[in-house]
Amino acid sequence: MSEQQFYHALKVDEDLCYGCTHCMNVCPTDAIRIRDGVASIRKNWCVDCGECMKACPVDAIYVEQDDFEKIFNFKYRVAILPSVFIGQFSKVIRECEIIEILKGLGFTHVVPAEATVDVINETMLEEQDGDRDKPMISAFCPSIVRLIQVRFPGLVNNIMPIKPPIDSSAMYYRHLLQEEGKCADEIGVFYVTPCASKIATVKSPVGDDVSNVDGVINMDFLYNKVYHVLKTRSQMGDKCRETVPYLSPKGLNWSLTGGEANHMKGRCLAIDEIHNVISFLEKVENDEIINVDFLELRACDQSCAGGVLLTENRFLTVERIKDRADRIKHSGKYVQNISSVHKDMIKARGYVGKVEPRSMMVLDEDMGIALKKMERVRRMMCYLPGIDCGACGAPNCESLAKDIVRKEANLSNCVFLQRMMEKSKKLDPQHSIRIIEKTWGKDRLDKNCKKKGAKDESSM
Amino acid sequence: MEFSYEVEGGNFSKAGNAASSVKKVLKQLNVDPKIIKRVVVALYEGEVNVVAHAYKGKVLVDIDTARINIRIEDEGPGIPDIDLAMQVGYSTASAMVREMGFGAGMGLPNMKRNADTIEISSKVGAGTIVELTTKLSS
Repeated sequence: MSEQQFYHALKVDEDLCYGCTHCMNVCPTDAIRIRDGVASIRKNWCVDCGECMKACPVDAIYVEQDDFEKIFNFKYRVAILPSVFIGQFSKVIRECEIIEILKGLGFTHVVPAEATVDVINETMLEEQDGDRDKPMISAFCPSIVRLIQVRFPGLVNNIMPIKPPIDSSAMYYRHLLQEEGKCADEIGVFYVTPCASKIATVKSPVGDDVSNVDGVINMDFLYNKVYHVLKTRSQMGDKCRETVPYLSPKGLNWSLTGGEANHMKGRCLAIDEIHNVISFLEKVENDEIINVDFLELRACDQSCAGGVLLTENRFLTVERIKDRADRIKHSGKYVQNISSVHKDMIKARGYVGKVEPRSMMVLDEDMGIALKKMERVRRMMCYLPGIDCGACGAPNCESLAKDIVRKEANLSNCVFLQRMMEKSKKLDPQHSIRIIEKTWGKDRLDKNCKKKGAKDESSM
Repeated sequence: MEFSYEVEGGNFSKAGNAASSVKKVLKQLNVDPKIIKRVVVALYEGEVNVVAHAYKGKVLVDIDTARINIRIEDEGPGIPDIDLAMQVGYSTASAMVREMGFGAGMGLPNMKRNADTIEISSKVGAGTIVELTTKLSS
Protein backbone atom coordinates (compact mmCIF):
# COMPACT_ATOMS: atom_id res chain seq x y z
CA MET A 1 0.00 0.00 0.00
CA SER A 2 1.41 3.35 -0.97
CA GLU A 3 2.11 5.80 1.82
CA GLN A 4 1.40 8.66 -0.53
CA GLN A 5 -1.59 10.73 0.45
CA PHE A 6 -3.98 11.49 -2.35
CA TYR A 7 -5.18 14.99 -2.82
CA HIS A 8 -8.88 15.21 -2.48
CA ALA A 9 -11.08 18.21 -2.88
CA LEU A 10 -13.95 17.43 -0.54
CA LYS A 11 -13.58 19.09 2.84
CA VAL A 12 -15.71 19.29 5.96
CA ASP A 13 -16.58 22.67 7.42
CA GLU A 14 -16.30 21.80 11.09
CA ASP A 15 -18.37 24.80 12.16
CA LEU A 16 -21.32 23.88 9.98
CA CYS A 17 -21.14 20.11 10.43
CA TYR A 18 -23.34 19.04 13.32
CA GLY A 19 -22.43 15.38 13.15
CA CYS A 20 -25.45 13.68 11.65
CA THR A 21 -24.80 10.45 9.78
CA HIS A 22 -26.15 11.24 6.32
CA CYS A 23 -22.79 11.52 4.58
CA MET A 24 -21.33 8.52 6.40
CA ASN A 25 -24.24 6.34 5.33
CA VAL A 26 -24.12 7.25 1.64
CA CYS A 27 -20.36 7.08 1.15
CA PRO A 28 -19.78 4.29 -1.40
CA THR A 29 -16.29 3.54 -0.08
CA ASP A 30 -17.09 3.74 3.66
CA ALA A 31 -14.58 6.58 3.94
CA ILE A 32 -16.39 8.69 6.56
CA ARG A 33 -16.38 8.40 10.35
CA ILE A 34 -17.81 10.71 12.99
CA ARG A 35 -15.26 11.90 15.54
CA ASP A 36 -15.67 14.67 18.10
CA GLY A 37 -19.09 15.50 16.73
CA VAL A 38 -18.05 16.10 13.12
CA ALA A 39 -17.57 14.05 9.98
CA SER A 40 -14.03 13.16 9.06
CA ILE A 41 -13.07 11.84 5.66
CA ARG A 42 -10.34 9.24 5.26
CA LYS A 43 -8.19 10.74 2.54
CA ASN A 44 -6.93 7.54 1.02
CA TRP A 45 -10.36 5.94 0.96
CA CYS A 46 -12.24 8.87 -0.56
CA VAL A 47 -12.74 8.82 -4.33
CA ASP A 48 -14.15 12.37 -4.46
CA CYS A 49 -17.47 11.25 -5.90
CA GLY A 50 -19.39 13.95 -4.02
CA GLU A 51 -22.18 11.70 -2.68
CA CYS A 52 -21.55 13.08 0.82
CA MET A 53 -21.91 16.64 -0.41
CA LYS A 54 -25.20 15.81 -2.09
CA ALA A 55 -26.47 14.18 1.13
CA CYS A 56 -25.38 16.85 3.63
CA PRO A 57 -28.42 18.65 5.10
CA VAL A 58 -26.45 21.72 6.19
CA ASP A 59 -23.94 22.20 3.33
CA ALA A 60 -21.05 21.41 5.63
CA ILE A 61 -19.19 19.52 2.94
CA TYR A 62 -17.61 21.75 0.37
CA VAL A 63 -15.25 21.63 -2.55
CA GLU A 64 -12.06 23.52 -2.00
CA GLN A 65 -11.42 25.99 -4.79
CA ASP A 66 -8.82 28.55 -5.74
CA ASP A 67 -9.44 32.20 -4.98
CA PHE A 68 -10.99 33.79 -8.08
CA GLU A 69 -8.67 36.78 -7.76
CA LYS A 70 -5.81 34.40 -8.50
CA ILE A 71 -6.64 34.67 -12.20
CA PHE A 72 -5.40 38.26 -12.18
CA ASN A 73 -1.88 37.06 -11.37
CA PHE A 74 -1.67 36.29 -15.08
CA LYS A 75 -1.75 38.53 -18.12
CA TYR A 76 -3.56 35.91 -20.20
CA ARG A 77 -6.39 34.29 -18.30
CA VAL A 78 -7.85 31.19 -19.93
CA ALA A 79 -11.11 29.65 -18.71
CA ILE A 80 -11.50 25.99 -19.67
CA LEU A 81 -15.25 25.64 -19.78
CA PRO A 82 -17.05 22.26 -19.86
CA SER A 83 -20.13 22.00 -22.08
CA VAL A 84 -22.36 21.32 -19.07
CA PHE A 85 -21.79 24.91 -17.98
CA ILE A 86 -23.46 26.21 -21.14
CA GLY A 87 -26.13 23.51 -20.83
CA GLN A 88 -27.40 25.10 -17.65
CA PHE A 89 -28.70 28.11 -19.57
CA SER A 90 -31.86 28.10 -21.66
CA LYS A 91 -31.51 28.13 -25.41
CA VAL A 92 -32.50 31.80 -25.71
CA ILE A 93 -29.13 32.63 -24.17
CA ARG A 94 -26.51 32.22 -26.84
CA GLU A 95 -23.08 30.78 -26.22
CA CYS A 96 -21.41 34.00 -27.32
CA GLU A 97 -23.35 35.91 -24.65
CA ILE A 98 -22.12 33.61 -21.92
CA ILE A 99 -18.57 33.86 -23.23
CA GLU A 100 -18.78 37.66 -23.34
CA ILE A 101 -19.96 37.76 -19.75
CA LEU A 102 -17.11 35.49 -18.68
CA LYS A 103 -14.68 37.79 -20.44
CA GLY A 104 -16.29 40.70 -18.64
CA LEU A 105 -15.52 38.93 -15.37
CA GLY A 106 -11.83 38.90 -16.22
CA PHE A 107 -10.97 36.06 -18.56
CA THR A 108 -9.10 36.89 -21.75
CA HIS A 109 -9.88 33.54 -23.39
CA VAL A 110 -12.83 31.20 -22.89
CA VAL A 111 -12.30 27.81 -24.49
CA PRO A 112 -14.24 24.55 -24.43
CA ALA A 113 -12.94 21.74 -22.21
CA GLU A 114 -14.07 19.25 -24.85
CA ALA A 115 -12.21 20.95 -27.73
CA THR A 116 -9.87 17.99 -28.16
CA VAL A 117 -12.56 15.30 -28.03
CA ASP A 118 -12.31 14.36 -31.70
CA VAL A 119 -8.58 13.72 -31.38
CA ILE A 120 -9.01 11.85 -28.10
CA ASN A 121 -11.71 9.71 -29.64
CA GLU A 122 -9.29 8.73 -32.43
CA THR A 123 -6.62 7.78 -29.89
CA MET A 124 -9.16 5.75 -27.91
CA LEU A 125 -10.28 3.89 -31.02
CA GLU A 126 -6.65 3.04 -31.81
CA GLU A 127 -6.18 1.87 -28.23
CA GLN A 128 -9.14 -0.47 -28.61
CA ASP A 129 -7.10 -2.51 -31.08
CA GLY A 130 -4.44 -3.14 -28.42
CA ASP A 131 -4.21 -6.24 -26.29
CA ARG A 132 -5.47 -4.63 -23.07
CA ASP A 133 -7.84 -6.66 -20.86
CA LYS A 134 -11.47 -6.39 -21.92
CA PRO A 135 -13.78 -4.70 -21.31
CA MET A 136 -11.63 -1.61 -21.62
CA ILE A 137 -12.71 1.09 -19.21
CA SER A 138 -12.58 4.79 -20.00
CA ALA A 139 -10.42 6.99 -17.77
CA PHE A 140 -12.78 9.93 -18.32
CA CYS A 141 -14.23 10.12 -14.81
CA PRO A 142 -11.53 10.49 -12.14
CA SER A 143 -13.81 9.15 -9.40
CA ILE A 144 -14.21 5.94 -11.36
CA VAL A 145 -10.45 5.60 -11.83
CA ARG A 146 -9.97 6.05 -8.09
CA LEU A 147 -12.84 3.71 -7.28
CA ILE A 148 -11.16 1.00 -9.36
CA GLN A 149 -7.84 1.65 -7.62
CA VAL A 150 -9.25 1.33 -4.12
CA ARG A 151 -12.07 -1.20 -4.54
CA PHE A 152 -11.39 -3.12 -7.74
CA PRO A 153 -7.58 -3.29 -7.89
CA GLY A 154 -7.78 -6.35 -10.15
CA LEU A 155 -9.32 -4.20 -12.87
CA VAL A 156 -6.67 -1.46 -13.11
CA ASN A 157 -5.32 -3.06 -16.28
CA ASN A 158 -8.70 -2.62 -17.93
CA ILE A 159 -8.40 1.16 -17.69
CA MET A 160 -7.61 2.78 -21.00
CA PRO A 161 -4.76 5.13 -20.09
CA ILE A 162 -5.93 8.09 -22.13
CA LYS A 163 -6.31 11.50 -20.57
CA PRO A 164 -9.78 12.99 -20.36
CA PRO A 165 -10.38 15.98 -22.66
CA ILE A 166 -9.86 18.61 -19.95
CA ASP A 167 -6.18 17.73 -19.56
CA SER A 168 -5.54 17.64 -23.30
CA SER A 169 -7.50 20.83 -23.96
CA ALA A 170 -5.60 22.72 -21.27
CA MET A 171 -2.31 21.58 -22.76
CA TYR A 172 -3.44 22.40 -26.32
CA TYR A 173 -4.59 25.96 -25.58
CA ARG A 174 -1.55 26.71 -23.48
CA HIS A 175 0.55 25.58 -26.42
CA LEU A 176 -1.44 27.71 -28.90
CA LEU A 177 -0.90 30.84 -26.83
CA GLN A 178 2.80 30.15 -26.54
CA GLU A 179 2.95 29.72 -30.31
CA GLU A 180 1.43 33.17 -30.62
CA GLY A 181 4.52 34.36 -28.76
CA LYS A 182 2.99 34.75 -25.32
CA CYS A 183 5.30 34.07 -22.44
CA ALA A 184 4.58 30.84 -20.53
CA ASP A 185 4.66 32.64 -17.17
CA GLU A 186 1.97 35.05 -18.29
CA ILE A 187 -0.54 32.35 -19.19
CA GLY A 188 -2.90 31.21 -16.46
CA VAL A 189 -5.18 28.28 -17.31
CA PHE A 190 -8.22 27.86 -15.06
CA TYR A 191 -10.57 24.95 -15.10
CA VAL A 192 -14.23 25.49 -14.32
CA THR A 193 -15.06 22.24 -12.60
CA PRO A 194 -18.44 20.50 -12.41
CA CYS A 195 -17.36 18.20 -9.58
CA ALA A 196 -14.83 17.44 -6.87
CA SER A 197 -13.08 14.59 -8.59
CA LYS A 198 -11.96 16.62 -11.59
CA ILE A 199 -10.13 18.95 -9.21
CA ALA A 200 -8.15 16.12 -7.77
CA THR A 201 -6.90 15.06 -11.21
CA VAL A 202 -5.88 18.60 -11.96
CA LYS A 203 -4.05 18.94 -8.65
CA SER A 204 -2.60 15.44 -8.50
CA PRO A 205 -3.23 13.60 -11.74
CA VAL A 206 -3.48 9.83 -11.30
CA GLY A 207 -0.45 8.14 -12.82
CA ASP A 208 0.97 11.46 -13.95
CA ASP A 209 2.87 14.26 -12.30
CA VAL A 210 2.40 17.46 -14.25
CA SER A 211 -0.73 19.47 -14.70
CA ASN A 212 -1.43 22.08 -17.32
CA VAL A 213 -3.94 23.83 -15.11
CA ASP A 214 -2.99 26.70 -12.80
CA GLY A 215 -6.17 26.83 -10.81
CA VAL A 216 -9.69 25.54 -10.39
CA ILE A 217 -12.92 27.48 -10.14
CA ASN A 218 -16.08 25.82 -8.94
CA MET A 219 -18.83 25.82 -11.53
CA ASP A 220 -21.54 26.96 -9.11
CA PHE A 221 -19.49 30.02 -8.21
CA LEU A 222 -19.15 31.07 -11.84
CA TYR A 223 -22.76 30.16 -12.65
CA ASN A 224 -23.95 32.58 -9.99
CA LYS A 225 -21.73 35.32 -11.37
CA VAL A 226 -22.91 34.81 -14.95
CA TYR A 227 -26.54 34.46 -13.92
CA HIS A 228 -26.31 37.66 -11.94
CA VAL A 229 -25.06 39.56 -14.98
CA LEU A 230 -27.80 38.06 -17.17
CA LYS A 231 -30.47 39.09 -14.68
CA THR A 232 -29.24 42.61 -14.04
CA ARG A 233 -28.02 43.77 -17.45
CA SER A 234 -29.96 46.59 -19.01
CA GLN A 235 -30.20 45.34 -22.58
CA MET A 236 -30.22 41.97 -24.27
CA GLY A 237 -26.78 40.87 -25.30
CA ASP A 238 -27.45 41.25 -29.00
CA LYS A 239 -24.04 42.71 -29.68
CA CYS A 240 -22.20 39.45 -29.76
CA ARG A 241 -21.84 37.54 -32.99
CA GLU A 242 -22.01 33.78 -33.18
CA THR A 243 -19.24 33.13 -35.68
CA VAL A 244 -18.37 29.48 -35.79
CA PRO A 245 -19.99 26.91 -33.52
CA TYR A 246 -18.17 26.72 -30.26
CA LEU A 247 -17.87 22.97 -30.16
CA SER A 248 -18.62 19.89 -32.28
CA PRO A 249 -21.83 17.98 -31.54
CA LYS A 250 -19.68 15.08 -30.37
CA GLY A 251 -17.74 17.40 -28.06
CA LEU A 252 -20.91 18.88 -26.60
CA ASN A 253 -22.32 15.43 -25.79
CA TRP A 254 -19.05 13.82 -24.69
CA SER A 255 -19.48 14.40 -20.96
CA LEU A 256 -23.10 13.18 -20.97
CA THR A 257 -24.08 9.54 -20.51
CA GLY A 258 -23.35 7.70 -23.75
CA GLY A 259 -21.10 10.50 -24.96
CA GLU A 260 -18.12 8.21 -25.27
CA ALA A 261 -19.82 4.82 -25.67
CA ASN A 262 -21.69 5.96 -28.80
CA HIS A 263 -18.39 6.61 -30.55
CA MET A 264 -16.40 3.52 -29.67
CA LYS A 265 -16.08 0.21 -31.50
CA GLY A 266 -17.81 -3.08 -30.76
CA ARG A 267 -20.15 -3.69 -27.87
CA CYS A 268 -20.07 -0.61 -25.67
CA LEU A 269 -22.00 0.14 -22.51
CA ALA A 270 -22.51 3.42 -20.70
CA ILE A 271 -23.27 3.25 -16.97
CA ASP A 272 -23.79 6.24 -14.74
CA GLU A 273 -24.22 6.74 -10.96
CA ILE A 274 -21.60 5.29 -8.66
CA HIS A 275 -23.70 2.53 -7.05
CA ASN A 276 -24.73 1.30 -10.50
CA VAL A 277 -21.08 1.32 -11.49
CA ILE A 278 -20.05 -0.62 -8.36
CA SER A 279 -22.58 -3.37 -8.90
CA PHE A 280 -21.55 -3.64 -12.54
CA LEU A 281 -17.83 -3.77 -11.73
CA GLU A 282 -18.53 -6.59 -9.25
CA LYS A 283 -19.85 -8.58 -12.19
CA VAL A 284 -16.94 -7.63 -14.44
CA GLU A 285 -14.58 -8.83 -11.73
CA ASN A 286 -16.35 -12.19 -11.53
CA ASP A 287 -16.04 -12.60 -15.30
CA GLU A 288 -19.83 -12.58 -15.48
CA ILE A 289 -19.70 -9.88 -18.16
CA ILE A 290 -18.28 -11.32 -21.32
CA ASN A 291 -17.93 -10.03 -24.87
CA VAL A 292 -18.16 -6.38 -23.87
CA ASP A 293 -15.50 -4.23 -25.53
CA PHE A 294 -15.80 -0.85 -23.88
CA LEU A 295 -17.27 0.59 -20.70
CA GLU A 296 -18.03 4.24 -20.16
CA LEU A 297 -18.47 4.60 -16.40
CA ARG A 298 -19.43 7.83 -14.69
CA ALA A 299 -19.84 8.49 -10.98
CA CYS A 300 -22.77 10.88 -11.27
CA ASP A 301 -26.32 10.20 -12.36
CA GLN A 302 -26.62 11.79 -15.84
CA SER A 303 -22.81 11.96 -15.86
CA CYS A 304 -21.32 15.47 -15.69
CA ALA A 305 -24.75 17.10 -15.98
CA GLY A 306 -25.31 15.62 -12.51
CA GLY A 307 -22.02 17.01 -11.17
CA VAL A 308 -22.25 18.14 -7.59
CA LEU A 309 -21.27 21.72 -8.54
CA LEU A 310 -24.00 22.20 -11.13
CA THR A 311 -26.87 24.44 -10.18
CA GLU A 312 -29.48 23.66 -12.82
CA ASN A 313 -31.53 20.45 -12.80
CA ARG A 314 -29.51 17.71 -14.48
CA PHE A 315 -32.26 16.48 -16.79
CA LEU A 316 -32.84 19.97 -18.17
CA THR A 317 -29.10 20.40 -18.64
CA VAL A 318 -28.91 17.16 -20.64
CA GLU A 319 -31.86 18.17 -22.81
CA ARG A 320 -30.39 21.58 -23.56
CA ILE A 321 -26.96 20.24 -24.47
CA LYS A 322 -28.51 17.66 -26.78
CA ASP A 323 -30.63 20.36 -28.42
CA ARG A 324 -27.59 22.55 -28.95
CA ALA A 325 -25.67 19.61 -30.39
CA ASP A 326 -28.55 18.80 -32.78
CA ARG A 327 -28.79 22.39 -33.93
CA ILE A 328 -25.08 22.52 -34.69
CA LYS A 329 -25.24 19.17 -36.45
CA HIS A 330 -28.07 20.34 -38.71
CA SER A 331 -26.45 23.69 -39.41
CA GLY A 332 -23.43 21.83 -40.79
CA LYS A 333 -21.31 24.79 -39.77
CA TYR A 334 -18.91 23.16 -37.35
CA VAL A 335 -15.41 22.64 -38.68
CA GLN A 336 -12.68 20.81 -36.86
CA ASN A 337 -9.87 23.33 -36.75
CA ILE A 338 -7.07 21.50 -34.96
CA SER A 339 -4.08 21.30 -37.32
CA SER A 340 -2.48 17.94 -37.99
CA VAL A 341 0.68 19.03 -36.15
CA HIS A 342 -1.37 19.81 -33.06
CA LYS A 343 -3.33 16.61 -33.45
CA ASP A 344 -0.10 14.66 -33.30
CA MET A 345 0.99 16.60 -30.23
CA ILE A 346 -2.31 15.97 -28.45
CA LYS A 347 -2.09 12.28 -29.29
CA ALA A 348 1.53 11.99 -28.20
CA ARG A 349 0.87 13.67 -24.85
CA GLY A 350 -2.54 12.14 -24.37
CA TYR A 351 -1.52 9.19 -22.24
CA VAL A 352 -1.65 8.97 -18.48
CA GLY A 353 1.07 7.04 -16.70
CA LYS A 354 0.46 3.67 -15.15
CA VAL A 355 -2.58 3.51 -12.91
CA GLU A 356 -1.50 1.57 -9.83
CA PRO A 357 -3.83 -0.44 -7.62
CA ARG A 358 -4.03 0.88 -4.05
CA SER A 359 -6.58 -1.28 -2.32
CA MET A 360 -8.12 0.15 0.81
CA MET A 361 -9.80 -3.11 1.69
CA VAL A 362 -6.67 -4.91 2.86
CA LEU A 363 -6.67 -5.58 6.62
CA ASP A 364 -2.93 -6.11 6.69
CA GLU A 365 -0.11 -6.41 4.17
CA ASP A 366 0.89 -9.70 5.77
CA MET A 367 -1.66 -12.33 4.91
CA GLY A 368 -1.17 -14.25 8.13
CA ILE A 369 -1.90 -11.15 10.20
CA ALA A 370 -4.78 -10.18 7.93
CA LEU A 371 -6.26 -13.63 8.46
CA LYS A 372 -6.03 -13.25 12.24
CA LYS A 373 -7.60 -9.80 12.05
CA MET A 374 -10.43 -11.13 9.97
CA GLU A 375 -11.05 -13.91 12.44
CA ARG A 376 -11.28 -11.25 15.15
CA VAL A 377 -13.70 -9.23 13.04
CA ARG A 378 -15.89 -12.29 12.59
CA ARG A 379 -15.82 -13.05 16.32
CA MET A 380 -16.78 -9.48 17.18
CA MET A 381 -19.63 -9.62 14.70
CA CYS A 382 -21.14 -12.32 16.96
CA TYR A 383 -21.59 -9.62 19.61
CA LEU A 384 -22.31 -6.47 17.62
CA PRO A 385 -26.07 -6.10 17.11
CA GLY A 386 -26.07 -5.84 13.29
CA ILE A 387 -28.38 -2.83 13.41
CA ASP A 388 -25.96 -0.67 11.40
CA CYS A 389 -27.27 2.40 13.22
CA GLY A 390 -24.07 4.42 12.94
CA ALA A 391 -24.23 5.53 16.57
CA CYS A 392 -20.64 4.35 17.08
CA GLY A 393 -19.47 6.82 14.45
CA ALA A 394 -18.82 4.13 11.83
CA PRO A 395 -21.25 3.42 8.98
CA ASN A 396 -22.12 -0.12 10.04
CA CYS A 397 -21.24 -2.85 12.52
CA GLU A 398 -18.72 -4.49 10.22
CA SER A 399 -16.91 -1.20 9.68
CA LEU A 400 -16.70 -0.73 13.44
CA ALA A 401 -15.25 -4.22 13.84
CA LYS A 402 -12.64 -3.47 11.17
CA ASP A 403 -11.83 -0.13 12.78
CA ILE A 404 -11.28 -2.01 16.03
CA VAL A 405 -8.76 -4.41 14.51
CA ARG A 406 -7.07 -1.39 12.95
CA LYS A 407 -6.92 0.06 16.48
CA GLU A 408 -9.07 3.03 15.52
CA ALA A 409 -12.07 2.25 17.72
CA ASN A 410 -13.20 0.09 20.63
CA LEU A 411 -16.02 -2.36 21.15
CA SER A 412 -17.43 0.01 23.77
CA ASN A 413 -18.11 2.56 21.00
CA CYS A 414 -21.22 0.49 20.27
CA VAL A 415 -24.10 2.03 22.22
CA PHE A 416 -25.86 -1.33 22.53
CA LEU A 417 -22.79 -3.12 23.83
CA GLN A 418 -22.44 -0.27 26.33
CA ARG A 419 -25.87 -1.16 27.73
CA MET A 420 -24.84 -4.80 27.97
CA MET A 421 -21.56 -3.86 29.67
CA GLU A 422 -23.38 -1.62 32.12
CA LYS A 423 -25.79 -4.42 32.88
CA SER A 424 -22.94 -6.75 33.76
CA LYS A 425 -21.23 -3.89 35.66
CA LYS A 426 -18.25 -3.91 33.30
CA LEU A 427 -18.79 -0.30 32.34
CA ASP A 428 -19.63 2.70 34.47
CA PRO A 429 -22.61 4.70 33.04
CA GLN A 430 -20.61 7.94 33.42
CA HIS A 431 -17.89 6.41 31.30
CA SER A 432 -20.46 5.48 28.64
CA ILE A 433 -21.47 9.11 28.35
CA ARG A 434 -17.85 10.12 27.93
CA ILE A 435 -17.43 7.58 25.14
CA ILE A 436 -20.52 8.91 23.38
CA GLU A 437 -19.29 12.48 23.75
CA LYS A 438 -15.99 11.51 22.23
CA THR A 439 -17.78 10.40 19.08
CA TRP A 440 -20.60 12.91 18.99
CA GLY A 441 -19.06 15.93 20.68
CA LYS A 442 -19.35 17.35 24.16
CA ASP A 443 -22.82 18.22 25.47
CA ARG A 444 -24.26 16.63 22.37
CA LEU A 445 -27.06 14.98 24.33
CA ASP A 446 -28.06 18.19 26.12
CA LYS A 447 -31.32 19.85 25.21
CA ASN A 448 -30.87 22.03 22.11
CA CYS A 449 -33.92 23.52 20.42
CA LYS A 450 -31.89 25.16 17.68
CA LYS A 451 -31.00 21.93 15.96
CA LYS A 452 -32.51 21.04 12.59
CA GLY A 453 -36.18 20.15 12.94
CA ALA A 454 -36.39 21.34 16.57
CA LYS A 455 -38.78 24.01 17.80
CA ASP A 456 -36.45 27.00 17.47
CA GLU A 457 -34.63 25.81 14.38
CA SER A 458 -32.91 28.67 12.64
CA SER A 459 -32.21 27.50 9.16
CA MET A 460 -30.15 29.52 6.79
CA MET B 1 -10.91 -19.74 8.51
CA GLU B 2 -14.13 -21.31 7.32
CA PHE B 3 -17.15 -19.96 5.51
CA SER B 4 -20.28 -21.68 4.31
CA TYR B 5 -22.95 -20.58 1.89
CA GLU B 6 -26.25 -22.12 0.81
CA VAL B 7 -27.08 -22.29 -2.88
CA GLU B 8 -30.68 -22.47 -4.05
CA GLY B 9 -31.39 -24.57 -7.14
CA GLY B 10 -33.06 -22.70 -9.99
CA ASN B 11 -32.51 -19.21 -8.61
CA PHE B 12 -30.10 -17.59 -11.04
CA SER B 13 -30.48 -14.15 -9.52
CA LYS B 14 -28.55 -15.39 -6.51
CA ALA B 15 -25.89 -17.36 -8.38
CA GLY B 16 -22.60 -15.66 -7.61
CA ASN B 17 -23.34 -14.64 -4.03
CA ALA B 18 -20.75 -17.01 -2.59
CA ALA B 19 -18.23 -15.92 -5.22
CA SER B 20 -18.77 -12.24 -4.39
CA SER B 21 -18.46 -12.90 -0.68
CA VAL B 22 -15.26 -14.93 -1.07
CA LYS B 23 -13.89 -12.22 -3.33
CA LYS B 24 -14.45 -9.64 -0.61
CA VAL B 25 -12.65 -11.82 1.93
CA LEU B 26 -9.65 -12.45 -0.32
CA LYS B 27 -9.32 -8.75 -1.10
CA GLN B 28 -9.12 -8.02 2.61
CA LEU B 29 -6.43 -10.66 2.99
CA ASN B 30 -4.21 -8.95 0.43
CA VAL B 31 -4.29 -11.85 -2.01
CA ASP B 32 -2.94 -11.11 -5.50
CA PRO B 33 -5.84 -9.88 -7.69
CA LYS B 34 -4.90 -12.41 -10.39
CA ILE B 35 -5.33 -15.28 -7.95
CA ILE B 36 -8.56 -13.78 -6.62
CA LYS B 37 -9.90 -13.70 -10.14
CA ARG B 38 -9.11 -17.38 -10.74
CA VAL B 39 -10.76 -18.40 -7.48
CA VAL B 40 -13.83 -16.27 -8.07
CA VAL B 41 -14.32 -17.41 -11.67
CA ALA B 42 -14.08 -21.07 -10.63
CA LEU B 43 -16.46 -20.63 -7.72
CA TYR B 44 -18.96 -18.65 -9.78
CA GLU B 45 -19.02 -21.44 -12.35
CA GLY B 46 -19.56 -23.94 -9.56
CA GLU B 47 -22.45 -21.96 -8.13
CA VAL B 48 -24.08 -21.64 -11.53
CA ASN B 49 -23.76 -25.40 -12.01
CA VAL B 50 -25.59 -26.04 -8.75
CA VAL B 51 -28.30 -23.48 -9.58
CA ALA B 52 -28.72 -24.88 -13.09
CA HIS B 53 -28.67 -28.60 -12.34
CA ALA B 54 -29.27 -29.34 -8.68
CA TYR B 55 -32.10 -28.87 -6.17
CA LYS B 56 -29.93 -27.29 -3.57
CA GLY B 57 -26.33 -27.09 -2.57
CA LYS B 58 -23.75 -25.84 -0.18
CA VAL B 59 -20.40 -24.12 -0.62
CA LEU B 60 -17.81 -24.72 2.09
CA VAL B 61 -14.73 -22.56 1.98
CA ASP B 62 -11.59 -23.01 4.03
CA ILE B 63 -8.82 -20.45 3.83
CA ASP B 64 -5.35 -20.43 5.33
CA THR B 65 -2.26 -18.48 4.35
CA ALA B 66 -1.17 -21.13 1.88
CA ARG B 67 -4.30 -22.06 0.00
CA ILE B 68 -8.04 -21.82 -0.43
CA ASN B 69 -10.12 -24.95 -0.48
CA ILE B 70 -13.64 -24.82 -1.85
CA ARG B 71 -16.06 -27.70 -1.57
CA ILE B 72 -19.28 -27.46 -3.54
CA GLU B 73 -21.79 -30.14 -2.56
CA ASP B 74 -25.19 -30.52 -4.11
CA GLU B 75 -28.29 -32.62 -3.92
CA GLY B 76 -29.18 -33.22 -7.51
CA PRO B 77 -29.23 -35.62 -10.44
CA GLY B 78 -25.49 -36.27 -10.31
CA ILE B 79 -23.17 -36.63 -13.28
CA PRO B 80 -23.31 -40.02 -15.04
CA ASP B 81 -20.09 -39.55 -17.00
CA ILE B 82 -17.65 -37.13 -15.40
CA ASP B 83 -15.09 -37.38 -18.23
CA LEU B 84 -17.76 -36.35 -20.72
CA ALA B 85 -18.88 -33.45 -18.50
CA MET B 86 -15.31 -32.22 -18.39
CA GLN B 87 -15.26 -31.79 -22.16
CA VAL B 88 -15.51 -28.26 -23.48
CA GLY B 89 -18.90 -27.66 -25.07
CA TYR B 90 -20.66 -30.64 -23.54
CA SER B 91 -23.86 -29.54 -21.85
CA THR B 92 -27.08 -31.03 -20.58
CA ALA B 93 -28.62 -27.65 -19.80
CA SER B 94 -32.24 -27.11 -20.77
CA ALA B 95 -33.27 -24.64 -23.45
CA MET B 96 -34.50 -22.26 -20.75
CA VAL B 97 -31.14 -22.22 -19.03
CA ARG B 98 -29.34 -21.66 -22.34
CA GLU B 99 -31.70 -18.82 -23.09
CA MET B 100 -30.42 -17.09 -19.97
CA GLY B 101 -26.89 -17.22 -21.27
CA PHE B 102 -25.77 -20.24 -19.27
CA GLY B 103 -25.23 -23.83 -20.39
CA ALA B 104 -22.52 -23.35 -22.99
CA GLY B 105 -20.74 -26.48 -21.77
CA MET B 106 -17.89 -24.49 -20.29
CA GLY B 107 -18.67 -24.93 -16.60
CA LEU B 108 -16.45 -27.77 -15.41
CA PRO B 109 -13.63 -27.14 -17.91
CA ASN B 110 -13.57 -23.49 -16.86
CA MET B 111 -13.44 -24.49 -13.20
CA LYS B 112 -10.57 -26.85 -13.93
CA ARG B 113 -8.68 -24.13 -15.77
CA ASN B 114 -9.09 -21.72 -12.87
CA ALA B 115 -8.09 -24.00 -9.99
CA ASP B 116 -4.82 -25.69 -9.11
CA THR B 117 -6.55 -28.97 -8.39
CA ILE B 118 -10.08 -30.17 -8.95
CA GLU B 119 -11.70 -33.34 -7.68
CA ILE B 120 -15.16 -34.41 -8.69
CA SER B 121 -17.21 -37.22 -7.27
CA SER B 122 -20.79 -37.87 -8.13
CA LYS B 123 -23.58 -40.32 -7.49
CA VAL B 124 -26.35 -40.45 -10.06
CA GLY B 125 -29.66 -39.59 -8.45
CA ALA B 126 -28.01 -38.25 -5.28
CA GLY B 127 -25.63 -35.39 -5.99
CA THR B 128 -22.20 -34.13 -6.85
CA ILE B 129 -19.21 -32.91 -4.87
CA VAL B 130 -16.62 -30.70 -6.51
CA GLU B 131 -13.53 -29.81 -4.55
CA LEU B 132 -11.24 -27.03 -5.73
CA THR B 133 -7.90 -26.05 -4.27
CA THR B 134 -5.83 -23.04 -5.26
CA LYS B 135 -2.58 -21.72 -3.80
CA LEU B 136 -2.96 -18.21 -2.44
CA SER B 137 0.62 -17.06 -2.55
CA SER B 138 2.52 -17.15 -5.78
